[in-house]
Amino acid sequence: MKKRQEAMKILLVEDNLADIRLTQEVFREGQIPSELFTVKDGEEAIDFLRRRGKYAGASRPDLVLLDLNLPKKNGKEVLREIKSDKNLAPIPVIVLTTSKAEEDVCRSYDLHANCFITKPFDLDRFIAVARAIEHFWFRIVQLPRPAGGQT
Amino acid sequence: MNDFDFGKPIDILLIEDNPGDVRLTMEAFREGKVFNNLHVVSDGEEAADFLKRKGAFADSPRPDLILLDLNLPKKDGRALLAEIKSDQDLRRIPVVVLTTSKAEQDILRSYDLHANCYITKPVELEEFITIVRNIESFWLSIVKLPQTE
Repeated sequence: MKKRQEAMKILLVEDNLADIRLTQEVFREGQIPSELFTVKDGEEAIDFLRRRGKYAGASRPDLVLLDLNLPKKNGKEVLREIKSDKNLAPIPVIVLTTSKAEEDVCRSYDLHANCFITKPFDLDRFIAVARAIEHFWFRIVQLPRPAGGQT
Repeated sequence: MNDFDFGKPIDILLIEDNPGDVRLTMEAFREGKVFNNLHVVSDGEEAADFLKRKGAFADSPRPDLILLDLNLPKKDGRALLAEIKSDQDLRRIPVVVLTTSKAEQDILRSYDLHANCYITKPVELEEFITIVRNIESFWLSIVKLPQTE
């Protein structure tokens, strides 16, 4: 199992304020030191990842948590842009959405989402899912480090 | 948390040439919480035949999840991964790379080829079982897998 000293960097792309707060709490109280960055629409997500405008100094995230229904640019479009960009493609993207429509599931995997998770409505289950993501992706999985080691 | 908990079992394809690892993985999945069928092939060509239902694999099910070793006889795991993820029909099947390699270049290359996640097999027995159980609980209980036909 992997051990890393520095905090894991997570980009949360989510427009629902309650979900943002809850996710922040779960990761703040998590077992693994992490830093959660939040953007609230698809255009901001791309700006963050490409370090444009006010995100010129943004960190490269180790993991992206992506909602599908987003203002300005929807999540599938963001996913397509990430996964067709040679530099960004290796970053694991977890689709985390209220949708459980089969069409959204299939389309997300077709666009190379690393996994698709339906957000449970129940609070305790939501927390359990966020903890499971933290544990699996930060303890079990080996995450990519970009060549050249830029962070 | 997903819709597979009742009804049809989850079909998992394990692509692995080490018999010891195959046995341990089978045991861990047999004791898992989700009803599943684990299918095993031991080289990359067989795996491609299984997925494309060729020859002896004409009646094979479409797997819900693939566990892929990288170092395989006949067709290498990296080549197979590239094939799966560039195939319109197969690419949506999640592929968990499960290998002894922890080389940074294998990790990065696998994600470049759109592996869904990359896991290094621990050498220690108990740890190996723990890892397999974690794969089982995350991919079969937390994640929503794409439905197969």
